[in-house]
Amino acid sequence: MHNIVKLVAQRMALGLLVLFIVSLIIAAGVDALPGDLCQEMQGQSATAETLEACRKEIGLDKALPLRYADWLGGILKGDFGVSLANGRQISELIGSRLGNTFFLAGLAAIISVPLALALGILAALYRNGIYDRGVNVVTLSSISFPEFFIAYILILWLSVNWGWFPSLSNVGGDTPLAERAYKSLLPALTLTLVVVAHMMRMTRASIINLLASPYIEMASLKGMTKSRIILKHALPNAWAPIVNVVVLNLAYLIVGVVVVEVVFVYPGLGELMVDSVRKRDIPVVQACASIFAATYIILNMTADILSIVTNPRLLHPK
Amino acid sequence: MSEIDRLKKQLASGKITRREFVSRMAAMGAAVAAPGAMFSAPAMAQPKKGGHFKVGVGAGSTTDSLDPSTFLDSYMQTVGNAVYSYLAVVDYDGNAVGDLAESIEPSPDAKMWTCKLRSGVEFHNGKSVTPEDVIASYRYHMSEESQSAAKSLLKAVTDIKADGNAVTFVLSEGNADFPYIMTDYHLGIMPSKDGAVEDPTSGIGSGGYMVENFDPGVKTLLKRNPNWYDENTAHFDSIESLAIKDVAARTNALTTGEIYAMDRCDLKTVHLLKRNKNITVHQSTGTQHYSMPMHTTTGPFDDNNVRMALKYGIDREAIVKTILRGYGQVGNDHPIGPSQKFYNADLPQRAYDPDKSKYYLKQAGLDSLKVDLSAADAAFAGAVDTAVLFKEHAAKSGIEVNVIREPDDGYWSNVWLKKPFCMCYWGGRPTADWMFTIAYAANADWNDAYWKHDRFNELLVAARAELDEDKRRTMYYEMQEIVSNEGGTIVPMYASYVSATSDWVGTPEKLAANWDWDGNRAFVRWWMA
Repeated sequence: MHNIVKLVAQRMALGLLVLFIVSLIIAAGVDALPGDLCQEMQGQSATAETLEACRKEIGLDKALPLRYADWLGGILKGDFGVSLANGRQISELIGSRLGNTFFLAGLAAIISVPLALALGILAALYRNGIYDRGVNVVTLSSISFPEFFIAYILILWLSVNWGWFPSLSNVGGDTPLAERAYKSLLPALTLTLVVVAHMMRMTRASIINLLASPYIEMASLKGMTKSRIILKHALPNAWAPIVNVVVLNLAYLIVGVVVVEVVFVYPGLGELMVDSVRKRDIPVVQACASIFAATYIILNMTADILSIVTNPRLLHPK
Repeated sequence: MSEIDRLKKQLASGKITRREFVSRMAAMGAAVAAPGAMFSAPAMAQPKKGGHFKVGVGAGSTTDSLDPSTFLDSYMQTVGNAVYSYLAVVDYDGNAVGDLAESIEPSPDAKMWTCKLRSGVEFHNGKSVTPEDVIASYRYHMSEESQSAAKSLLKAVTDIKADGNAVTFVLSEGNADFPYIMTDYHLGIMPSKDGAVEDPTSGIGSGGYMVENFDPGVKTLLKRNPNWYDENTAHFDSIESLAIKDVAARTNALTTGEIYAMDRCDLKTVHLLKRNKNITVHQSTGTQHYSMPMHTTTGPFDDNNVRMALKYGIDREAIVKTILRGYGQVGNDHPIGPSQKFYNADLPQRAYDPDKSKYYLKQAGLDSLKVDLSAADAAFAGAVDTAVLFKEHAAKSGIEVNVIREPDDGYWSNVWLKKPFCMCYWGGRPTADWMFTIAYAANADWNDAYWKHDRFNELLVAARAELDEDKRRTMYYEMQEIVSNEGGTIVPMYASYVSATSDWVGTPEKLAANWDWDGNRAFVRWWMA
């Protein structure tokens, strides 16, 4: 166990360094974009006079390193600061949206992970049969279409034609859980269709990979049933790559869903970030980017730890 | 909703006849025991109170704020018109009429405007609306540190005085159209304290609706102001306005009944939407126009012959047909729309004429011409396609248009006003004076063609202070002619506002054309059918 604690500590330290670098890149990147917040906010109706007043008020007349240092100082004290555009607390702005994003990702994960594992195990069990081919074709097709296309197809059938689900996922802080799940089901299904293929194929491949090993041959010579071999003997050794893929997909479900959010008008973090980038609202972009980066770092760390824990050889290195 | 209810509603709104109603009810096996009242004379266009109105607006952003000086697009414009009241509003005939102001009277030289305030009006927090509030609200936009887009509108205001229950605006020069300025969506009246606006972001106004919940870029919940002074407006009990930027999502929400009204229909599919019997598509052609300004200070555009060659080199009919799918009208190279009061209908419509275009090129001493045209869809949806079509049209007269695709990001700061020839759009400005003053007057901040014309500028000042309608008309007619024939801007088309409502909601027969959303006032003007 001692090794794992050390590993976690190391990873955390590295993660913080990565976060710091990400924040530097974001600050420089947003600053390098054409125009600034004042120009974007006032759009076509800007005049030199109002632009100057705006820049002065929100401190855009200061140099970038100064502004960045201010921001960093705030973050170290746990203060995300306020949105430059409307002066609202960023923690408040992000709070409910972050919850929404996690809820959608969670819902999609609850559906997609068991589904993908089951499909993958069955595909390994009946490999090269009609079921295997069929499930491969279907999942690969769904991953190959752009997300918004799948979303529109689902809306057309399940919402417009049959009227089972609402086409807008108009959830708020006070929406009860059941209603929230119902309203979020179409986006969650869309995401499921997008991520299932990746996990399913990795499950299938890593199990099949092991099926060629001598110990599996031994097991089948002993007369074990195919399903017992796969579930009891092959799967435990296949966990590491599967967990890696599952976790990467979970990260995707949290950070990569802005298109789905837009199509279903789901108030998640992705839309907030896109809006903020468009308006050059650096503190909000920084906050969103930090959250996304932290998600990736934490989930990757989790994947590593899980693959060590599930593998006795790695758990007790000589 | 059951089929019977739907039929009843359709009957009430006149979408189906009484005979159809009876036969469809019979077909469902329902006994036709409809009360006689259901057949009572035209139930249409008869506003009634109550209901929860849900709309999807194709704008809005998480950076929005309730501060009227920051209002940028139709999302906050519609919310603002519901929450705040304005001294004046534009009515269906295009006139600025008093709203919070009971009467608006000019001095003979149009330099002083006195508004008598309606008495007994209260803000949502119970405070009475006083002349001091009006003054503070206007001064808020005029102050040194103001970032408001209304600042330049109020440039001519030198003083605002309170006199009993009246407010007097003193202008540095006469302006016969000053009441129109009072209708600007930034100029909502806010409660003041000690001569300054108390909190511009509080969302407390004196309009027909109060803010119940404001989640920028997501949704706004409004409920009816119980003390609202106008019986004929603000019919809904509550309003839920959703920011739905994706046009397909908006259309789906409308067809599935999750919203009752949407703006900016997808012109490519609007004919399919029209097939839906429960949905009405509205079109109003007002002041919104797309333009192509040329910097008249740089070559080759400093030669009017070159500008004329380009103006004759564009096939407006084809562009209205392909880019706007017919939802618009051809423009005549000046910014005054066909629905406006002083629109010069006598001015011959400029047509596509490659020969004339060649003639003007020759006048400019050129055999051929190569120009760069900067375009991005940030200017308007279809701007890049318009530029490419123009390239094809102009090629026939020996003009080579090199279309440069610019990034959408930062278009208004890096391309517009900077590149010598680019695509642009102008939303509704209610009066000829306003439009000319902000974008064609010699010293205007947004004179995007850097165009200076002595006679035009003289007329502009003279017409502004002229209170005699006929004299003004003559002057504005001449100005339109000057801009059309010598101006630095190609105005190929007026774009209609195309919106759709389901039969849950009642609207006037014809929507206002000065802005989208029935002149930005759908929330106060519409009702549940």
